[in-house]
This record gives sequence, structure tokens and C-alpha cells, in this order.
Amino acid sequence: MKTRVLLLMLLCVAIPVAGCEREERNTRPDPALGSSEQGVPVTTLAPGGERPSLSDTKAAEFENNAYHLSEGKRLFDWFNCSGCHANGGGGMGPALMDDKWIYGGSIESIHATIRDGRPNGMPSFRDRIPDDQIWELAAFVRALSGNASKAAAPSRNDDMMAHPSENRLPNATTLGKSP
Amino acid sequence: MSRRSPAFEGEPVIGLRCKVLAAFTAGLLSFAVLGPALGQQSPGANIAPPPAAAPADDGQWTMPAKNYASTRYSELSEINESNVGRLQVAFTFSTGVAKGHEAAPLVVGATMYIVTPFPNILYALDLTKPGAPMKWKFEPKPEPAAQGVACCDVVNRGAVFSNGRIFFATLDGHAVAVDAETGEQVWNTKIGNINIGETITMAPLVVKDKVLVGNSGGELGVRGWIKALDVDDGHVVWTAYSTGPDNEVLIGAEFKPFYEMDQGRDLGVTSWPPDAWKIGGGNVWGWISYDPELDLIYHGTGNPGPWNPDLRPGDNKWTAGIFARDPDTGSAHWFYQWTPHDQHDYDGINEQILLDMDWQGQPRKVLVRPERNGYVYVLDRTTGEVLSAKPFGAVNSSKGVDLETGRLIENPEKKTGTGKVVRDICPTASGAKDWQPSAFSPRTGLLYIPHSNLCMDEQGVEVNYIAGTPYVGMNVRMKPGPGGHRGEFTAWDIANEKPAWKLKENFPVWSGALVTAGDVVFYGTMEGWFKAVSARTGELLWQFKTSSGIIGQPIAYRGPDGHEYIAVLSGVGGWAGAIVTGDLDPRDATAALGFANAMRDLKDATNAGGALYVFRLP
Repeated sequence: MKTRVLLLMLLCVAIPVAGCEREERNTRPDPALGSSEQGVPVTTLAPGGERPSLSDTKAAEFENNAYHLSEGKRLFDWFNCSGCHANGGGGMGPALMDDKWIYGGSIESIHATIRDGRPNGMPSFRDRIPDDQIWELAAFVRALSGNASKAAAPSRNDDMMAHPSENRLPNATTLGKSP
Repeated sequence: MSRRSPAFEGEPVIGLRCKVLAAFTAGLLSFAVLGPALGQQSPGANIAPPPAAAPADDGQWTMPAKNYASTRYSELSEINESNVGRLQVAFTFSTGVAKGHEAAPLVVGATMYIVTPFPNILYALDLTKPGAPMKWKFEPKPEPAAQGVACCDVVNRGAVFSNGRIFFATLDGHAVAVDAETGEQVWNTKIGNINIGETITMAPLVVKDKVLVGNSGGELGVRGWIKALDVDDGHVVWTAYSTGPDNEVLIGAEFKPFYEMDQGRDLGVTSWPPDAWKIGGGNVWGWISYDPELDLIYHGTGNPGPWNPDLRPGDNKWTAGIFARDPDTGSAHWFYQWTPHDQHDYDGINEQILLDMDWQGQPRKVLVRPERNGYVYVLDRTTGEVLSAKPFGAVNSSKGVDLETGRLIENPEKKTGTGKVVRDICPTASGAKDWQPSAFSPRTGLLYIPHSNLCMDEQGVEVNYIAGTPYVGMNVRMKPGPGGHRGEFTAWDIANEKPAWKLKENFPVWSGALVTAGDVVFYGTMEGWFKAVSARTGELLWQFKTSSGIIGQPIAYRGPDGHEYIAVLSGVGGWAGAIVTGDLDPRDATAALGFANAMRDLKDATNAGGALYVFRLP
């Protein structure tokens, strides 16, 4: 009897622990200052007949990580991203929840856009936002257009709902006609 | 009287919500006529602009408001109620810019001048030649980054002509003087700083030897100001801030506000939490009028920042109000606050029409202001006393104006704050009426007001101030107002404090108005219709579909051939049209500070693209 109870208790602990395994993250993030210096092409054209490629080792770490996505959502308000891009529909800045990307829609491109700014109004947040937090923001921006795993994307707000929560937003590229 | 429904004939109704469709359809069948049609001015009102501020019409159009009294009234009458139906296109001109065209064209002698939205190109067209070919163009090349700190599309509301020069402002904060004949730059003064969020969108006004211009940026925590620049060399003569200590607001011995609420020392500091006035808005981005006899200019101040009122307890002087100032020194003579401690982004920057009239049997020098908070105010322009404040659209955010204290009576049920969702507030942040200027005809005594019919939900949220980024702190979603139509065009009987007639429009009426001595009123719709209606009855007399939605200011002028012409810029945009020019996604109800939610179907109704249209009789 006693062993059975013990086994049951062990199971009760073991199952949730096993369930947590999908969520791995670095508990010692990069120091607050400085941002990665990788160059990111803003075009798909390059002489020589091949598409320029981009990859960053940090991309995978952030892209579908629920913790980083939820942090990105919080920072999106804190750094006033929402002031220009609203809750993804845009305003002073372009919409982020559609499938139109002026400077590229990969997480690397979005990270570079936030870090370096863009000439027609996007400010450069280099040295204002720590690099890991720029990656979190970039991952969240991807989630706005339905480009994050539904298991990882943030769920509903405590605030007035501007649109369905990020984990329910459709992928913008399969939405068909642009709204 | 019976009336057909000219205003909507043949126009499709797109994407309206089901629950309002029935009411709206009723609106299609017969537009509302709220009062008896006026054949002439109400007896005994004797209402007309002061002659010094509205001299006899010479057939030119040298400033957006037509004259210092801001009547936007043309004395030309060749085009009139009986022949306007035959109006046809004389020529067109593409501006090459696909942003919102809010400017009024200018006509000086035989040349027309147009200033575009960013990149703020100034075109001169030769009216003596067939098709009005380009004489020259002037490109000020503003910084492209300025587009990122312009709150509501990258508009420009026009240029002004004086003494051989054209004056205008660029989005990146420069005031520019250009030789009207040659197109050469005379001077260029940088007065705004985009790195703290300052832009300039307003049309300057020239008074005596000074160019008056103010900044925009009420959504970015920019401290508002108006500056006077020397016409000859562009140096700044005086700067008057809208917040802060009295000496920076140019409040001194001459300052005599009418109401107790505006009296006291350094109210621009003490009516704010510590230091909040430094990032408190009150931007001067709208219209200025001038009374040469009293030698006073009148200008409004914009909304306090941030929008979330919980973050700035107090009356937030001197935002959302109006100043009378000495044009030579900037010294303030009086101030009145339309909306103390504004909770809904009710900028106080609309046009003020200067009129002399009999008010309750007494001759008064008044200033009429259709205000963003939904009331038509009649003020004594010598003292700032409120004579009347009656709603011209749907209002529930306030319950009128206390004429004893001058104070707006707020409705506690519509009080916003952090974490609280308040629904169905009317009017919206964009107001019962935004910047789009009205016109006044001395022949009818009516003020022709283009405006919106929208309501909104609001929720205040925390916001951090980061210079050069937005500082709003409010989630907003707008929706059609009572009746389901989103726009109205109201002829307001000033003497009797009520509408004479009203037209309904599907979209907000975001264009200016023009009225002529031919008793014809012109305005444009966001679908692109340019309309002529009877000044007396509102009956639709003529309409023409332009290539894009109209948010510009129509003008009338006498061409070199001696005939009357009507001109307007087409090109949708502005805050209301940002969903099109910015390609916004209305699935987010808060896009464009909530405006996109009310304009979901605008992309199906029109496209961006600026073009001038000029009309004449055959």
C-alpha cells in the first residue's frame, strides 16, 4: 500500500517534469549591452545567380520558445513598438501581422531591423535594447503573422482584445487576399 | 417638403455592420433635414466677417483659409446653383505622391501652387497656357526618417503666399521661403527636431512681417509651440510654448483670461504632475486666424500627452484650448480651455471663423469654432467669453458647457483610466470634427462643417516615455456612430445655434469645405466623389468621381481668361485614410490608434494617389 502511494506521488511529479522538457532556455543570457554584429542582407538578389543566405545561431534559440515569445510581447509595449505598429495592425509604422515584409520577414531580418533601424522611419534601437531582448521582440513579431508554433505563441491578453490572441492568429501567408 | 436622395444616388454601400445596416439604408432613402431650409440669412443677425479680415475678393486664393477671417468663401458667382450641374474638368495634374493630400492649392496671379505630402514638393503651374503646364518644381528633400515620427500619415495642409514668396513647412521640421516667380529658395530654417518626435504638418500664416508656424507631435510627448519667423530672413523672432512657466508661454501683464479656471501663476506647470509639462503636448498643428483691427492672432493647442489621463492629473494647461496673442511679440491676451484635463485626445486646433454679428440684440465681435469635442463654440474674440456651445454631432463624453464657469461638463460614465475599458464614447479621439476646415457664407449665415460620426472604446494602459517614440498609453477602437453612417456634412445656423440641414456620408468627411457667392458648397468624400450642393438646402447639384478619396481643401479662383474655376486635390490618406496609405491591417482593431477599425472597407472603396482636379463651365 505504502509503495503504491509513493509510486503514485512519484508519477505525479514525474509527468509534469517530463512535460516541461520542451521549454529549454539559457539561464545565463548575453550581457545587457552590445548587440550581435552579423550583417543581414535586405534583398534576395545578389550577383552570381544565388540567393543571399542568412542564419544566426541565436535564431533557433528564440524563434519558438514560449518564454521568449511572451517576453517579446511584454517588451513590444514597454519599448513603445506598439505605439507605431499598434497590436500588429500598424499605424505610424507598417502592419506586422500581414505577410508583407519591406525588409525581410525572417527572424534574422527583423532582428536587424530593430537593431539597425530602416531609412523610412524605423528607429535604430542598437545599444538601447540588450541583444537577447531584440531577439525576443523579433520572435514575437514573427508570431504576430502566425509564424510561431501555436504551443509557444502567447495566449489571450488581460487587456482589451485588439485581435485574436497570437496562438490563434492564422498564418498571414495562407490567409489569401490581404485584408 | 419632399426631397429625393441625391447624396447617395448610385453609390454602393460597402461592408457596414448588419445591425446598423437597416438604419443606414433608411438614411439612403432620405437624408435628414433638421430645420427649415434657409433662403437667406436669419433676420436681424447681421452676420459677416470683419472687412479688415476679409477684404473684397480679387479672384486669387493666397492662403488656405482664403482670408484672415478664415471664411473659405469666394465672392465669385459665375458658377451657381443653376449651372453647376454642367461643370466639367478643365485640367488635371498628377502630384506623383501616394500619401494623403490635405493641402489647398493656391492661386496667385496666373500661377497655381501645390504643396504635396512628404516629400513636400512645391509645384508651380502656369494657368495662362492650355493644360496648365508645370512652370517649376521645388524639392526641399526632407529627411525620410521624419515619416517614422508623423502620427497620422505624412500630410501637409498647405502653403501661403505673401509679398512675392511662397512659405511652407516640411515634415522634418523646416520652414521654407521660395521665390514665387522663379522657384528659388530664399531661406530655410530648421525649427523642429525629429529626434524628439517633432514634425510640422500645418499651413503657416503670414501676419505683417512674420511667418507663424507650430509643431506636431502630441502622440510622441512633444512639447507644443508656435514660432514667429521673420519673413525676410527666416530667423525666429519669438517662440510661445503651450506648457511650462508663464515666461515661456509668453504670459505677462497683458494676459486677461475671462474665466477663473484660466487665471493664476504658472498654471502651465502647476496643473501637471512634476515635470510632466515638459512632455505634455499642446501642439499647434492646426489653424490660425488674425483680426487686423484688434491686432490679435488666434490659434488652438493640441491634446495633452500621453492620452491616458491617469498619468497626468490636473487641468494640463495650456493644452486643448485657444490663445489670443499679439502677433508682434507673441504675448498672450486671453486663453480659453475647450477641454480641461482631456481624456479622449480632443485636440483644440480647429479653424476659427472671425465674424461680427448681433448676439441677443448686441453687436459682438465673435469667433466661431466647430470643436473636436463636438460643440460649435461662439466666443467673444475680444475677451474669450463663451456665448454659446451647442453640439453639432453625437456627444456623450460631456454634458455641455457651463456658461457661468466656462467649463466643459464631463460625463463621469465615460471617464477613462489605466486598466479600465470604457465603451461607446462619442465622439472619438479624432473628434466630431478633426482638422478639416469649414466654410462660412455671409449670404446664408450658415457655417458648412465637414465632419465625422464615430464612437469608440478606450482602455488606458501604462506607457514609457522614450524620446522620439510614441507616448500614447491608450488602446482605442473606433466604430460608426449613431445611425451607422460615418460621415456628416452639417450646415450650421450660427445665429439660431442649430443645424439648418445635414447630409449623411458613408465615410467620414475628411475634406475641407468651400462656399461661393453662387450659393454652391463644395466638398469631397473618401470614396473620391467631389460634390456640389446647394448652400441653402443641401440638395446635391453635381458630383464627379476623382481617382482617389478626397481629403483636400477645395478653392475657387478667377483664371487668366476671366472665368471662375474650382480646384481640389484628390489623394486619400490622413489619419482616417491611413489604412490605405499605410496599408494597415484592420484585423487589429487598434491599428492607426483605433481608426482602422472604423475604416475596414476603405481599401475596397479607393486607392492612394495624388492628383489635382480643376473644373469650369463649358
